[in-house]
Amino acid sequence: MSRTVVVVGSSIGGVRAAQALRSEGFDGRVVLVGEEAQAPYDKPPLSKQFLAGEWDADRTLLLSEEAAERAGIELRLGVAATRLDVAGRQVLLADGSRLDYDAVVIATGAAARPSPWRPGSGVHVVRTLQDSQALQADLQHDGPVVVVGGGFIGAEVAGTARGLGREVTVVDPLPTPIGRVVGPEIGRYFTELHHRHGVSTRFGVGVEEITGSAGDLRVRLTDGTELPAGTVVVGIGAVPNDGWLADSGVPIDNGVLCDEYSRAVDAPDVYAIGDVARWFHPGHREHVRVEHWTNAVEQGMCAAHNITHPDDLRSYRPVEYVWSDQYDWKAQIVGRPTRGTRHELVGDLAGEKPRAAALYTDDTGRLCGAVTVNWPKALAQSRRLVTEGATFDDAMARVSALPPPAARPAPVPAAGGRP
Amino acid sequence: MPVLKADFGACQGYANCVDAAPDVYDIDDDGVVVLLKEEISDEERPRIEEAARSCPVSALMIEDA
Ligand SMILES: Cc1cc2nc3c(=O)[nH]c(=O)nc-3n(C[C@H](O)[C@H](O)[C@H](O)COP(=O)(O)OP(=O)(O)OC[C@H]3O[C@@H](n4cnc5c(N)ncnc54)[C@H](O)[C@@H]3O)c2cc1C
Ligand code: SF4
Repeated sequence: MSRTVVVVGSSIGGVRAAQALRSEGFDGRVVLVGEEAQAPYDKPPLSKQFLAGEWDADRTLLLSEEAAERAGIELRLGVAATRLDVAGRQVLLADGSRLDYDAVVIATGAAARPSPWRPGSGVHVVRTLQDSQALQADLQHDGPVVVVGGGFIGAEVAGTARGLGREVTVVDPLPTPIGRVVGPEIGRYFTELHHRHGVSTRFGVGVEEITGSAGDLRVRLTDGTELPAGTVVVGIGAVPNDGWLADSGVPIDNGVLCDEYSRAVDAPDVYAIGDVARWFHPGHREHVRVEHWTNAVEQGMCAAHNITHPDDLRSYRPVEYVWSDQYDWKAQIVGRPTRGTRHELVGDLAGEKPRAAALYTDDTGRLCGAVTVNWPKALAQSRRLVTEGATFDDAMARVSALPPPAARPAPVPAAGGRP
Repeated sequence: MPVLKADFGACQGYANCVDAAPDVYDIDDDGVVVLLKEEISDEERPRIEEAARSCPVSALMIEDA
């Protein structure tokens, strides 16, 4: 009898999981459910190339109708899943219909943490295509931009807005926001990167209140200063879209709680992947939730494998990997740098278009993570070394031995605002 | 046999392909993907397809010869 897999969530994780089912040889029915009506699209360009106006929406497309049809993926777009009936093996949809499943993949991702400050208008978050479109429209107007949140998305939006000619200030209560991911020392280079491109930072200071409306906003900080703004962008993190599972019996703990095979705990044939999944990482021996593009893809593939080959279960133990394009930096981060106790730099991070790698180690002497800037070769190397469990000394030797920067200019980053 | 193609201009050096299929994809010193093979067998196609789909800018294609 033919089996049915329902994939809920039609962005990168859901789409890649549906495609991977076919690559794995699954020959039953695959249904992809998505709340948003438009064709599945990708998110990283929404703070970069798309926001800058360099890419149109077509270039963010993940799965066209034709490609879905070719792969035998049934699309149910524009309708949210509202409930999961684990005992009855059904997904309930907002239009009242029900989908029977033999296995379900939860790929509902995360939503932007809403702004706690709500003036009349002019405050944006960036998570969906619509969000990015709305922000893009406001960035066309003159007037200073205040970005609240100095993490990856905030920093990318600041770079893009600067590239569009806006005057930009980034505010964050942490003294070195990216330091959360790369440690305070390397984090400071990310702060300097803003300054070098004429973007001001107010780090270590919170936002008290935002008043006014689009084009005429005032952002009052906790130290009493007030920043005038035409547009405000709030990038203060994301929250998993797990609310629709509340009464399903699927265990939720800031994400869907899963075992090492990405199966929801105590809910047979329920899998969760991507930003919404909190699974047991057998390498780290703890539950983790990761909001990175590559994680959604790799976990989707792993779940597809496990659904198709239940007698050959694969545990999911990825090495973390995320990139962020900011100004003239292509930053790539692998592993868990902040678990390190010390790091060393190969190359130099100062000045225009630097090329460098910071390698991190902990007390065990292993390489536990790396941050590279404008040096994909070193990133690829470090990623392999972290996967292999290489020692720090070995990693330092290998990365140092990579050929020095070529005479050719580094590849031009695609996103806006990067000279 | 399936043929590998890459859009070298689109490649951004994200290196996911290299991690997924190091026997087929590599990255050069300037951070641009290198195809280590021109053709692959039908048996390895699913695996390489997944590696190609891990490219964040869809720079990798597999075409029927
Ligand atoms: C602006 C931006 C820039 C980014 N840049 C980078 C980057 O440079 N590098 C990087 O590694 N990562 C980046 N990320 C993170 C990366 O995009 C995410 O990790 C990734 O999108 C997660 O994929 P996902 O499929 O798990 O979830 P999501 O992308 O959140 O997709 C979830 C989908 O499920 C749908 N959905 C939600 N609830 C329901 C429901 N009840 N029923 C049906 N459908 C539902 C949503 O509409 C959405 O389409 C960025 C994210 C953003 C927002
Ligand atoms: S994954 Fe894509 S962007 Fe990254 S190196 Fe390979 S081809 Fe280039």
